[in-house]
Amino acid sequence: MLDHTDLTKLIFGRLGWDAIPIHEPILIGTFIMVALGGAALLGALTYFRLWGPLWRDWVTSIDHKKIGIMYMVLGLVMLLRGFADALMMRAQQAISFGDSAGFLPPHHYDQVFTAHGVIMIFFVAMPLITGLMNYVVPLQIGARDVAFPFLNNFSFWMTTFGAVLVMASLFVGEFARTGWLAYPPLSGILGSPDVGVDYYIWSLQIAGVGTLLSGVNLLATIVKMRAPGMTMMKMPVFTWTALCTNVLIVATFPVLTAVLAMLSLDRMFGMNFFTNDLGGNSMLYVNLIWIWGHPEVYILVLPVFGIFSEVVSTFSGKRLFGYTSMVYATVVITILSYLVWLHHFFTMGSGASVNSFFGITTMIISIPTGAKIFNWLFTMYRGRIRFDVPMYWTIGFMITFVIGGMTGVLLAVPPADFVLHNSLFLIAHFHNVIIGGVVFGLFAGINYWFPKAFGYKLDAFWGKCSFWFWFIGFYLAFMPLYVLGLMGVTRRMSHFDDPSLQIWFQVAAFGAVLIALGIGSMLMQFYVSFKRRNELRDVTGDPWNGRTLEWSTSSPPADYNFAFTPRVYDKDAWFDMKKQGYARPQQGFIEIHMPKNTAAGFVIAALSGLIGFALIWQMWLVAGLGFVVMMAAIIIHTFNYKRDYYIPANEVVRTEDTRTRLLESHV
Amino acid sequence: MFLLPTRRQLLLAPLMLLAGCNAVVMNPSGDIAAQQAHLILVSTLLMLLIIVPVIALTLLFAWRYRKSNTAAKYDPDWDHSTKLELVIWGAPLLIIIALGLLTWISTHLLDPYRPLKRLDAQRPVPVGTKPLVVQAVALDWKWLFIYPEQGIATVNELVTPVDVPIRFKITASNVMNSFYIPALAGQIYAMPGMDTTLNAVINKPGQYEGFSANYSGAGFSHMRFKYHGVSAADFDSWVQKTKAAGGALNQTEYLALEKPSEREPVRYYGAVTPDLYHAIVNRCVAPGSVCMDKMMVDDANRVKADIAHKGLQKDEALCRVAQSGTEVSASLSHFSQE
Repeated sequence: MLDHTDLTKLIFGRLGWDAIPIHEPILIGTFIMVALGGAALLGALTYFRLWGPLWRDWVTSIDHKKIGIMYMVLGLVMLLRGFADALMMRAQQAISFGDSAGFLPPHHYDQVFTAHGVIMIFFVAMPLITGLMNYVVPLQIGARDVAFPFLNNFSFWMTTFGAVLVMASLFVGEFARTGWLAYPPLSGILGSPDVGVDYYIWSLQIAGVGTLLSGVNLLATIVKMRAPGMTMMKMPVFTWTALCTNVLIVATFPVLTAVLAMLSLDRMFGMNFFTNDLGGNSMLYVNLIWIWGHPEVYILVLPVFGIFSEVVSTFSGKRLFGYTSMVYATVVITILSYLVWLHHFFTMGSGASVNSFFGITTMIISIPTGAKIFNWLFTMYRGRIRFDVPMYWTIGFMITFVIGGMTGVLLAVPPADFVLHNSLFLIAHFHNVIIGGVVFGLFAGINYWFPKAFGYKLDAFWGKCSFWFWFIGFYLAFMPLYVLGLMGVTRRMSHFDDPSLQIWFQVAAFGAVLIALGIGSMLMQFYVSFKRRNELRDVTGDPWNGRTLEWSTSSPPADYNFAFTPRVYDKDAWFDMKKQGYARPQQGFIEIHMPKNTAAGFVIAALSGLIGFALIWQMWLVAGLGFVVMMAAIIIHTFNYKRDYYIPANEVVRTEDTRTRLLESHV
Repeated sequence: MFLLPTRRQLLLAPLMLLAGCNAVVMNPSGDIAAQQAHLILVSTLLMLLIIVPVIALTLLFAWRYRKSNTAAKYDPDWDHSTKLELVIWGAPLLIIIALGLLTWISTHLLDPYRPLKRLDAQRPVPVGTKPLVVQAVALDWKWLFIYPEQGIATVNELVTPVDVPIRFKITASNVMNSFYIPALAGQIYAMPGMDTTLNAVINKPGQYEGFSANYSGAGFSHMRFKYHGVSAADFDSWVQKTKAAGGALNQTEYLALEKPSEREPVRYYGAVTPDLYHAIVNRCVAPGSVCMDKMMVDDANRVKADIAHKGLQKDEALCRVAQSGTEVSASLSHFSQE
């Protein structure tokens, strides 16, 4: 017989009223803001009667374009959260000197830097990258959707519910205080007995499933669904980089899943993979997590290299220089990214030969990366460069990224790493490549493909404001960190004794404020562009005189992307078609077979989120029931045979005729 | 203090700016750290050979080939040049070959496990010099230093004589940390149940900062200590003073000390239980616990006996298992000799 307390424990596990952080004014303030904002959003949705359209056209949508846009929204929303964490860290480090303890006690500060890293990598960079790949890849290869449209929707919602769990940790319980990779023994049950690490584990496990499946999906899409004539060596470079990135995802994310699973077995069931005693070894975890973690860096940066390739070539009005060497460089980076993981812990005390091996493999990666930079450089050479906003980001990237690359190679020299490891120099280095590379690239991509997705260009003035704030803000925020690193200042400190350091942290904090203005300018850019959408309208579908197939469609593209599957003869397929005097077909349309929306992805992912929450709080009953219901939902979904429908020929005719009239009216 | 920039400093402006502030990493007081700083300079210069032209060309091309400059040549179909490709791949390759060579050599020369060969650029280590052994233990959140030869120990204070090779043995009680004195030498992880080594020498007397460079929980920010490089005579008198200060670091005292605490004041122990460090590494300080190395030897002996009992000596793989036990016991006796 269960008595009352047992039953409560079975249902609520560790969760009690004390998990609500009512004693934290910052969190309560945040909660009130989120609650008010959320209430306003829900109110607006109800007032404008948008619940139906939201559910039918977005939540249940399996259209790769809509899923791509939802990924982007998720990434941008989480950027605000991750950046709020960054501002808090910069503020804390700028004031916490000598007698002043700052405004964040270690208990809170340590959660903030952990959350900042986790959110920025997993829930900002990954969704933005995946979103762009989702939106652009099928259009670039002349496909109507991805290979597994339902899986795509499911992947998105898994990522989202992972993010929801991280956000929930703000208001129910707390997040990990371990750093973004949660090294044991600190993250073990003895080092972190509370729920923080469990939030970390389960949010990443759930989001990780989403990432892995979306990797499988895009891989299959690129391999199997290219338009006729598009051989591998005629694929657009962005698609090439997407292919390599998804190979990396499929090969490495299972490692992350396995290592986090082992950590949770340690924590929940007293196993001893990574504990100090009973045969465990924490350095196994450190090795495994970096076997995932280093390729992850290339998962983020490779697609961005693809974006820059598209942008440079388009805005220079020129074919990409050295396409073949670009492709080989990408492939070489993909392979080498597996052979460098130990450079993250040279200081573990491996022998000199092991350290040299991993140091030199790391340096070798800079050769293909350098080749890429030169290829962009020589694409600009003898071009006619139009300085639209994407090109600003590209130039900013080329200058900033080479500096980050240089400090990276420096850190790959093991004896140099011994003095710079874990220092603010390291922090400056990886923000130098992630902001200067990944973030600048994503913003170039957003500005470049926005007109394709929404039918109007983004406002250039606010776009340039955003660029200059980010660009200058980045240098002010991170160059002082290089200096501090050389002054022997280590990372993750919440308090300093040496007053001579303070000025550098104050400059860095000012830089962070400029970056905040950059983010503000981007939000302003979205708002102003929406207001001016009629002036900024793109009727041609090809606002930049593009070179690849996505620009052959209307902006935004029809549900079916292409009424007829294009035939490809050249690397720059659309540019080639334009040159050959391509005429849009205006008749002979037939009905189009399309996948059908389904709520299954959302439901199963929501149940996973619930199970994750239950496991975090050890609500065994809820977790068990949730699992049963989720399995039932999965089984029921397998009996759903109404997975497809046909867009009737007359609707295709109507859509295409509208476009014909639009094009004719704007000649 | 600010120095007037020379041409070389202008070239290295970002690094040289640090001459004006206390950039201890670039301006250290120990020979190992000095060689590491020199390596940073050389590698950076080597890479600037390619980084500076790339940045300059980026700006030049961006300006020269802007759309409004119709005087510049426009060649929209030019997308390949074998010669250029050779340069593009060749130039970085040459630099990486040079840097790779430098890496291989310097990584071996500056391997923290390698006994020192020199005190500084001019002076080799005198023949027959025995390094001073210091056992550094990262506790939550303070540093314990045991001087096994002197039979003393300190908390949050490290004192060593200048121009004498020091051999640090490093471990941790609970959570991974990193032992780092920027003025002396690069850092090495302090890991529970594991034992790492760092060889270094300090050349200038003075007081330096030491700390944990790997985040280890709530008290991490204050896990710092002062490191004093002193003359040989001062070191001897410091040892005598510490011995006289009394207090013994035995198992009970260690277990009390090991409990998490922050901002611990400096503490001295005039006597230390022999083999305490060995017990910490092998996680057997608590009374009644079996040391990990002993457990491994026992395990291996059991395997060996089992193999003998079943008459399986001819199986190579099995014998290798048994052999590992002999190796552990060899390293065990080696350990206690240190």
